[in-house]
Amino acid sequence: MSTMSVSLSPHVRSDNSTQKIMRNVIFALLPAAVFGVVWFGLSALLTLVLSCASALLAEFLMVKALKRPFSLNDGSALVTGLLLGLTLPAGCPWYVPVLGSVFAICIAKQVFGGLGDNFVNPALAGRAFLLASFPVAMTSYPTSRFMADAVSSATPLSSEFAGSLSYADAFLGLMSGSIGEVCKLALLLGGIYLVIRQIIDWRIPVAYLATLALLTALTGGNALDAVLLGGSMLGAIFMATDYVTSPVSPWGRVVFGIGIGIINFAIRAFGAYPEGVTYAILLMNIASPLIERFTRPKKYGEVKKNA
Amino acid sequence: MANKFTKTFLNGLVNENPTFRLVLGMCPTLAVTTAVSNGLGMGLATTFVLVCSNFVISLIRNFVPSKVRIPAYIVVIATFVTVVQMVLEAFLPALSESLGLFIPLIVVNCIIFARAEAFAAKNDPVSSIADGLGMGLGFTCSLTVLSAVRELIGAGTLLGFPVLGANYPGVLLFVLAPGGYLTLGLTMVAFNAVMGKIDAKRAARQAAAEGSVA
Repeated sequence: MSTMSVSLSPHVRSDNSTQKIMRNVIFALLPAAVFGVVWFGLSALLTLVLSCASALLAEFLMVKALKRPFSLNDGSALVTGLLLGLTLPAGCPWYVPVLGSVFAICIAKQVFGGLGDNFVNPALAGRAFLLASFPVAMTSYPTSRFMADAVSSATPLSSEFAGSLSYADAFLGLMSGSIGEVCKLALLLGGIYLVIRQIIDWRIPVAYLATLALLTALTGGNALDAVLLGGSMLGAIFMATDYVTSPVSPWGRVVFGIGIGIINFAIRAFGAYPEGVTYAILLMNIASPLIERFTRPKKYGEVKKNA
Repeated sequence: MANKFTKTFLNGLVNENPTFRLVLGMCPTLAVTTAVSNGLGMGLATTFVLVCSNFVISLIRNFVPSKVRIPAYIVVIATFVTVVQMVLEAFLPALSESLGLFIPLIVVNCIIFARAEAFAAKNDPVSSIADGLGMGLGFTCSLTVLSAVRELIGAGTLLGFPVLGANYPGVLLFVLAPGGYLTLGLTMVAFNAVMGKIDAKRAARQAAAEGSVA
């Protein structure tokens, strides 16, 4: 390629590449994944392997069919598969992770043009597909093999046994839930790592979780429950911060996070789902081009038109 | 005459297929294609209305002043829709129940309007019947294909008979509204891919034929 493109300064140099970012995200997800596998046993590992393998295979076949350049090495398909697997209950039937990954890669990602052109987060689109398709399998959370006396429940968010759970247990992940969402400590470690490496912006998760906690507290709910039980932490750190589907401008990111918090709170307070993280993020994904348009930073030296 | 009849008929069935080519009548297409029986029933009901209304509108096309033609079409179409609705209620109450509101809504189905306005109002009654038949059956075929895909994937059955075995976990999404959009889009992709290949072949053959004549 000998095309030269001329662009205006500043010319920011960065050694960030898609591979490097994806490698970091996978690294940051590892603590949560490892904890999930230890906590729920081999069935969790099987679910994760199935979702990752089918995401990679789907990407490979789809790229081949659409005659696009080989893209497995950028790691984005692996991240999608891993993220999707982490939102599933351990030991769900084999077709759940497989179909979810296939939907995420083929429909949500490649049909719209591949990485960078998907208008919603593929992993969450896959999860929404699964939630609508297999409502029972998707909400039957197993208990850990270390919790002999625990009851299997829909989600700790909706059940009365949330009351008997201590915050320390919830923070450490000694509870039932989907594979990757239980251990908040591991998620937080991954999140802090990504913020320090400047892979993700702290504004989105902080704005989201703060809004959710604040609204829950204002309406007489338990703010800590809202953040610690369920998938909001996983969603806030790893799903909402997806580059492709979230705004770029700093204030846009704050608005984006607040929006997710409001929608998530509304779904939990007034909707039929006890969880709602998936739909909240998906809806804000769709709104993010609009947010982007209204939060464009002022150019240096720009004068207001109607001043 | 017979040739023209077939040509008009095939035009509606394939070349200008109302669902995949004209993209008309999307509302019933998305709403009722949850099971093969519904899709087929809806398609045939629409075909009946389309053939009859095309015929009558073509007969009266020279008497109706153009200013009041739309109300006149509605009266004609609504008459046949009422007939269909009463017949379904009397003889196929189960189908009538599952199609529900979408039977009376055939009155405002844009395929029927489009064919009345674009074809029946300008052509003789026999061609209009051919057009109604072609468009109607084209619509029926599309609806049947869509509903077969959705019923098979969503519930593992076809016309209510279990095809994929008792252990098949229905992918519920395909019977829900999003599944309608998905199936329609993907089927349209397949249809256009096949038709594009056929068109290209036909164009190549025509070019070759013209070349040899010249």
